Amino acid sequence: MALSGMRGLSVFISDIRNCQNKEQERLRVDKELGNVRTRFKNEKATHLMFFLFTLTHIRIYGLTPYEKKKYVWKMLYIYMLGYDVDFGHMEAVSLISAPKYPEKQVGYIVTSCLLNENHDFLRIAINAVRNDIIGRNETFQCLALTLAGNIGGREFAESLAPDVQKLLISSSCRPLVRKKAALCLLRLYRKNPDVVNVDGWSDRMAQLLDERDIGVLTSSMSLLVSLVSNNHEAYWSCVPKCVKILERLARNQDVPQEYTYYGIPSPWLQVCLILNISIIRWTWICPGSYSSPSSMGLTIIVEQLEDITVSREVKTMRALQYFPEVEDPNTRRSLFEVLQRILMGTDVVKNVNKNNASHAVLFEALALVMHLDAEKEMMSQCVALLGKFIAVREPNIRYLGLENMTRMLMVAEVQDIIKRHQAQIITSLKDPDISIRRRALDLLYGMCDVSNAKDIVEELLQYLTTADFAMREELSLKAAILAEKFAPDLSWYVDVILQLIDKAGDFVSDDIWFRVVQFVTNNEDLQPYAALKAREYLDKPAIHETMVKVSAYVLGEYSHLLARRPGCSPKEIFNIIHEKLPTVSISTIPILLSTYAKILMHTQPPDRELQSQIWAVFSKYESCIDAEIQQRAVEYHALSMKGAALMDILAEMPKFPERQSSLIKKAEDSEADTAEQSAIKLRAQQQNSNALVVTDQRPANGAQSAGQLGLVKVPILSNAVRFSSIDHKITHGQDQSAAERVSHANGALTVVDPQPPSTPSPDLLGDLLGPLAIEGPTGAAPQSEASVASGLEGGVDADALAIAPIEEQANAVQPIGDIAERFHALCLKDSGVLYEDPYIQIGLKAEWGGHRGRVVLFLGNKITSPLNSVQALILPPSHLRMELSLVPETIPPRAQVNVKLRLPAVLNKFLQPISVSAEEFFPQWRSLSGPPLKLQEVVRGVRPMPLAEMANLFNSLNLIICPGLDPNPNNLVASTTFYSESTRAMLCLIRTETDPADRTQLRMTVASGDPTLTYELKEFVKEQLVNIPVPSRPPVAMPSHIQPTSPPPSAISDPGALLAGLL
Amino acid sequence: MGYDRKIHFVLLISRQGKVRLTKWYSPYTQKERTKIIRELSGTILTRAPKLCNFVEWRGFKVVYKRYASLYFCMCVDQDDNELEILEIIHHFVEILDRYFGSVCELDLIFNFHKAYFVLDEILIAGELQESSKKTVARLIAAQDSLVEVAKEQESSISNIIAQATK
Repeated sequence: MALSGMRGLSVFISDIRNCQNKEQERLRVDKELGNVRTRFKNEKATHLMFFLFTLTHIRIYGLTPYEKKKYVWKMLYIYMLGYDVDFGHMEAVSLISAPKYPEKQVGYIVTSCLLNENHDFLRIAINAVRNDIIGRNETFQCLALTLAGNIGGREFAESLAPDVQKLLISSSCRPLVRKKAALCLLRLYRKNPDVVNVDGWSDRMAQLLDERDIGVLTSSMSLLVSLVSNNHEAYWSCVPKCVKILERLARNQDVPQEYTYYGIPSPWLQVCLILNISIIRWTWICPGSYSSPSSMGLTIIVEQLEDITVSREVKTMRALQYFPEVEDPNTRRSLFEVLQRILMGTDVVKNVNKNNASHAVLFEALALVMHLDAEKEMMSQCVALLGKFIAVREPNIRYLGLENMTRMLMVAEVQDIIKRHQAQIITSLKDPDISIRRRALDLLYGMCDVSNAKDIVEELLQYLTTADFAMREELSLKAAILAEKFAPDLSWYVDVILQLIDKAGDFVSDDIWFRVVQFVTNNEDLQPYAALKAREYLDKPAIHETMVKVSAYVLGEYSHLLARRPGCSPKEIFNIIHEKLPTVSISTIPILLSTYAKILMHTQPPDRELQSQIWAVFSKYESCIDAEIQQRAVEYHALSMKGAALMDILAEMPKFPERQSSLIKKAEDSEADTAEQSAIKLRAQQQNSNALVVTDQRPANGAQSAGQLGLVKVPILSNAVRFSSIDHKITHGQDQSAAERVSHANGALTVVDPQPPSTPSPDLLGDLLGPLAIEGPTGAAPQSEASVASGLEGGVDADALAIAPIEEQANAVQPIGDIAERFHALCLKDSGVLYEDPYIQIGLKAEWGGHRGRVVLFLGNKITSPLNSVQALILPPSHLRMELSLVPETIPPRAQVNVKLRLPAVLNKFLQPISVSAEEFFPQWRSLSGPPLKLQEVVRGVRPMPLAEMANLFNSLNLIICPGLDPNPNNLVASTTFYSESTRAMLCLIRTETDPADRTQLRMTVASGDPTLTYELKEFVKEQLVNIPVPSRPPVAMPSHIQPTSPPPSAISDPGALLAGLL
Repeated sequence: MGYDRKIHFVLLISRQGKVRLTKWYSPYTQKERTKIIRELSGTILTRAPKLCNFVEWRGFKVVYKRYASLYFCMCVDQDDNELEILEIIHHFVEILDRYFGSVCELDLIFNFHKAYFVLDEILIAGELQESSKKTVARLIAAQDSLVEVAKEQESSISNIIAQATK
């Protein structure tokens, strides 16, 4: 056993090794840490007395250098064991400035292990490091350069780079210092190219290339690679020298014995040389003026390849990949000859290292072949070789074979040849090594197209049942994407997804099953098939909840198509679905209720027994604690009592607007779409995605309408819509079918990224409130200007609403309800009615997260005839970035209305609650000491409200009340974080001091890290406190209460009200 | 950029999951370091023998090789040449072997600091610094003798002091 040479350290390590368990180890470590801590503390105390005592006292009061060294090593050891060492960094750093080598060495090594470049303690060390670098002691210089090279950050670059540069080119320095200087400079330069001044370094680098020492040359060459890659032009003068060194090494073998590796003269140096020549040549190719030296370099590179073996070739060939192309036919020919020899002549040998080495070369050769755009024949050879590799026993080669085959997929012409190896690749999917399985999965995914999708996807599905959990999620996602992209027919697609849910339900995201429902809804020929499949799955014992959801949904919609089959009568369908109800979670129950209602509706003639069963279920859930379930139960119950009327409300779901699958979208973000011939895509093209969907609206009551055919123009939702809104549609099956008739159009818009509040603008808040103008056909530019003005003012009074009848004053439309009040309500919540008049209702639903949000406006036509030329003009607010999706053109006209509205995209939507503890709060509060970061204001005219209500208000503004921070019970302290696109989350703190005697005034203090934010937050909260309307009723009230002023034309089921219910 | 690749970190982990050496060339916080070690020892140590030497991890590749009871791991970018890194690991092991004379895990436990000295002579900034085994051996020997000399001086000084204060 070799001992560390420090008895105390060895004893400690032995102790640790002898610990029986983790607990004992912890105790031993704690003891040692305590010991080290005390020693360091005492030492600090005696430090000052150092000069007062004679030399002998050092041994009594202070630590000897040996002891200090020993303790710092112990710290590092404890740190390596995984314990927190939160002290002693200072001691380690201070050892750097010790006068003697042993201590200094320990200081350097331990510091560079414990700290990283961002650590504050490192700053203390900079001076000591610099002193060592500029000092005369070369061993000290080595230590200092190593530390700076390993963990040096920006400040190191700023203060050390010139000195390091001096060392590198100094003629008096020995090679061991200079090679370290080169790599140290490389690190400093690579991390901070703007700080390290390398002007005029091309000459210096050229000089360095005359260096005889191979170590220095190797390091300098790495540095040169980095310099050159940043600025090609400057270093062209180095090329001839690089070529010369290369010649020297390659031809004369003029290299000390110790620098040969597996018989090759200094491979790494040659690598860098070649790399440099290649990068520099990169730029030469364009002007074409330096062709002679470059082709000379290239010739030599190619010759290099001839004396084969280890990693030099790897880099040589990697270097060659930086060439855009090889022009010279002779060079090209000899290059290909060499490559051919490598490809065909690499044998498997016994020695593992040698084998690895030769294959490293070979794989690099493969990459080069791909890069050089070789003839198809050569490419085919490569694929054939890889095909051999993926079947060998050596796992590294199998892995690399698969990896490189995946890369080969980029070459279009060999894709078919790769497909020949499909069987072997599928076998690799069952390899014992997960790394290899991953590669195989990637490759299968990459090579899948319409021709082999069936085989591959079915293989993936089969594998899914046995795959380890680490891979299941990826596997099922990939299978779903492939199935959608390359489905040869849609029934197959439905099969795949249902199997996927069956086998790996936990890993099937909602996106996937929404998508299948969407396809089934939009393709009539698919509906009976899907219903049948769903029915079959329900027979299985213990099916996944997602399967319950899909089956219930599909059967609710389409089970009547199966009615004649055995086991598919409404009653049987109901029974089998109802069996699952006790096993499902709250989120599934609403879907089941919708299904029941639909089954009931489809049962013609009505089956009394079934009816009473289903009604019993409804009445059971009418008192359910979950609001969604309760509401559905109540509504369905009431609706189903109405008999024939039910038919309307529960009519089949309309077709979904064609939209891109969110899965595919995800996949396409990273890869080019190759799914040209996929069935789904073809379908999508055949069906005009902007299709007119004709819905047969049965007259709800005879007097009302003469059997109108509602022409619904479905807008394409733009790709910018980030979250699929299908969830909303599906989970609200019944509502949606009603709403479909109502929202004769729906447009969606995606809003908004607030820009950082860093540019002080008193109008920030005003700008956040982008006005929305809905105009009639003649609405023109002047109006939008007017809207901008009102938007900027951000007034919430009558100005916010400008009803501008454009042609006939008589046509003026009165809004229903107080618009300002609605706006305020929407500031506090995320869905509700933004505007309503007898003709139109605008509902709003928003999702906010961090610095972005999505706002969907539902424009509902409340009358029975269409509204034409609807325009929703969203005026871009200056502090938000908007992405708009298309807005429908038709909600046909009865009235021409121009309504300007404020969208509730207000400050608090970009807040996220965070609760802070007293320890976090007070330092922050104190550090923000005064204006402009901390503002105080006495607010008068506050709407009087009890403290609890005010706390609620704050909470609903996402300002979370932190109780207990303020000793005065009349004060409220709240905190939140503000998100914007370019700033981090910013903490905001608010304190309001209320006066129990006078509730109409309070003093408010707001603090945050940004003056604008502080100001705007203060103004915003003030506005909320002063202006908040007393909600006389819930902002989204029960549908029947909502139109006090003008009863809607349609009496039986007011669409507007239904829309409100939808939200 | 292919030519600006480097090794992000080096880990030596024993079969029991004890860390024997860590060296970080990219900045990781203490928390990240602990997490990386935990994650990687979880994946690498549980791998059966005779599997390949590469593990895909958070978009990087960890090339590892087991020598007796020790796993040597180096983390590189996805597009680096795996077999080449395997060679650098082997280079490191050969130098350790030469320095300790048939190195074993115990050598690296009790002389963990020496392993750091050796590594610092082979890699700086995640780049290969010295490809000559002989040169590395010579430099480490020189360092060792510097430490020895200092020790002797020190003990002679403390002898003098001890005698003076008798």
